[in-house]
Amino acid sequence: MFNQFSRWQKIMIPVISVVLGLLVGAIVMLVSGYNPIEGYAALLSGSLGEGFYIGETIRQITPYIFAGLAVAFAFRTGLFNIGVEGQLLVGWVASVWVGLAFDLPKIIHLPMAILAGALAGALWAFVPGLLKAKLRVHEVIVTIMMNYIALHLCNYLVRYVISDGQNTTDRVPESASLKSPFFETLTEFSTMHYGIFLALAAAIIYFVVLEKTTTGFELRSVGFNQHASEYAGMNVNRNIILSMVISGAFAGLGGAMEGLGTFGYGFIHGAFSGVGFDGIAVALLGGNVALGVILAAALFGILKQGALIMPLESGVPTELVEIVIAIIIFFVASSYIIAYLLQRLKKGAK
Amino acid sequence: MDVLSAFEILVKSMLFASAPLIFTAIGGVFSERSGVVNIGLEGLMVIGAFAAVVFNITFASALGGWTPWIALLAAMVIGGLFSLLHAVASISFRADQVVSGVAINFLALGLGVYLIKDWYGAGQTPQIPVPLYYERIPLLYDIPVIGPIFFNNYITSYLAIFIAIGAWFVLFKTPFGLRLRSVGEHPMAADTMGINVYRMRYLAVFISGIFGGLGGGVYAQTITQDFSAGTITGQGFIALAAVIFGKWHPLGAMGAAMFFGLAQSLAIIGSSFPLLADVPNWILLSAPYILTILALAGFIGRADAPKSIGKPYIKGSR
Repeated sequence: MFNQFSRWQKIMIPVISVVLGLLVGAIVMLVSGYNPIEGYAALLSGSLGEGFYIGETIRQITPYIFAGLAVAFAFRTGLFNIGVEGQLLVGWVASVWVGLAFDLPKIIHLPMAILAGALAGALWAFVPGLLKAKLRVHEVIVTIMMNYIALHLCNYLVRYVISDGQNTTDRVPESASLKSPFFETLTEFSTMHYGIFLALAAAIIYFVVLEKTTTGFELRSVGFNQHASEYAGMNVNRNIILSMVISGAFAGLGGAMEGLGTFGYGFIHGAFSGVGFDGIAVALLGGNVALGVILAAALFGILKQGALIMPLESGVPTELVEIVIAIIIFFVASSYIIAYLLQRLKKGAK
Repeated sequence: MDVLSAFEILVKSMLFASAPLIFTAIGGVFSERSGVVNIGLEGLMVIGAFAAVVFNITFASALGGWTPWIALLAAMVIGGLFSLLHAVASISFRADQVVSGVAINFLALGLGVYLIKDWYGAGQTPQIPVPLYYERIPLLYDIPVIGPIFFNNYITSYLAIFIAIGAWFVLFKTPFGLRLRSVGEHPMAADTMGINVYRMRYLAVFISGIFGGLGGGVYAQTITQDFSAGTITGQGFIALAAVIFGKWHPLGAMGAAMFFGLAQSLAIIGSSFPLLADVPNWILLSAPYILTILALAGFIGRADAPKSIGKPYIKGSR
């Protein structure tokens, strides 16, 4: 998406978008009679002010990194995976299912449950990948549809298959849990878990696979120009499917973090968690590179966690952050106009 | 349960559940036919539902029985204005239309719930005082057997069908419709022929906002009767599915929306039908989505999108 822009613009566009998003948020607060400085102060202290909040923020950042990597990976191959939400859900339920179904030592059980999440997500993304590769069906619509199928299927599984007509499953046993007593004590008993290490490791894997391997080169090449890649002897169809599958695996891992770490169980979702859709914003804001995704995920984690405390401390409704995020997406998407204005500004300065 | 009363329940719940989907899908047809992808239909429904519910609560005492109808007008206006954000981003600012649509969905829900919390002090509004009711159509209702089935429903259900037929006429039988479609197929050719591509696309997105808002307003005033974050959960995406399943044709979209509406209501009332009692309800709930994927894959007739869908038009580029 940013291919046509210079390096300087690539850095400035996300920064300006975030500033504009926060500015619009401040205006909304002003208009509805709140003090924006108090509001944002409450947001900051609610996400970074105490050990407990820091733990919760890091816990929130974890799935955002995975969701952001998932969307970004597909973007780099020229695909738009808007189905992270659904892939995350199936990953969540699959990991909890494996967590509950087996009784094994932790060293086998935990990796197996995590892998189950990745596999489920990959499988869910395989369908749109296959349809795109073989039948040229646009992946955006298929992934959206797969989201809702995932939602209904997972709810069914949780209620009738994994549990016995309940709204939640049992807790996964200690042998399949990512919970971290060490972090919990360190952060005044927040729900922070070991997932953050996996998220950072995933970001490194993302970087290595995409930038340092032949496969990654092929994937990016297909993203730039399918015809040229095909002419160069690459298998475009295989790369499209591979890209979706890897993207889905990242998303499924994000779900496993929620299932095995944050919550420790699965439950009936009335609607989507929103993490998958936020992942689109994370990827765009992070410019689809590993470090960018981590930074953007951190920003979103801070915003989301702080938003929960805002109403208590300053009276500002939590949803202010949704508005801010929407505006940020809006401006990142409209990067053309920002780049254009930046250029005009630069010319004016000369 | 005898066959007739089962049929009555089916028809009524289909008309009831599908009306909001039809309105929104018609809006989607306009936008997508002009070449602008509208993932934001969901958000447009949200903002329409929000506007209608707030209007209904605020003006019920002043307007009495007319309240829900004028609330629908308010929903259309707000929906139309809101869609202009999508238009500006995706037409003028050359934003990725899918991303811009995602932003619309976030913004509608965020703004709606933010304002509800600010105005009513809770995440959910009170019940609307004057919802829409079933209405008996004079004369037609008196026809034996079919009268009570087909002519005792929400007026909005009939309106939806009329609007779909009207949309078909406008899109396929008028110069305006031809221009709108040409802009979505080959904008450069249309531009050469003197059609203002940007203006057509703005108009089309605006129309989708009006109908999306109307769909949301109808949904809120017939089905949920209040507004919260959980009012519109995926109906906009079902409408989008109806647009595609209906092959970007207003009447096709209407048929698809009716079918999806039926599937949705069967998921809720299906257990009372012996044939359907054994079908897991996730299959019924997912039916619109599964069928749309199959349609796209070409298993149920080929669904071909307008040629230039999703591509911003840049004057002078080739």
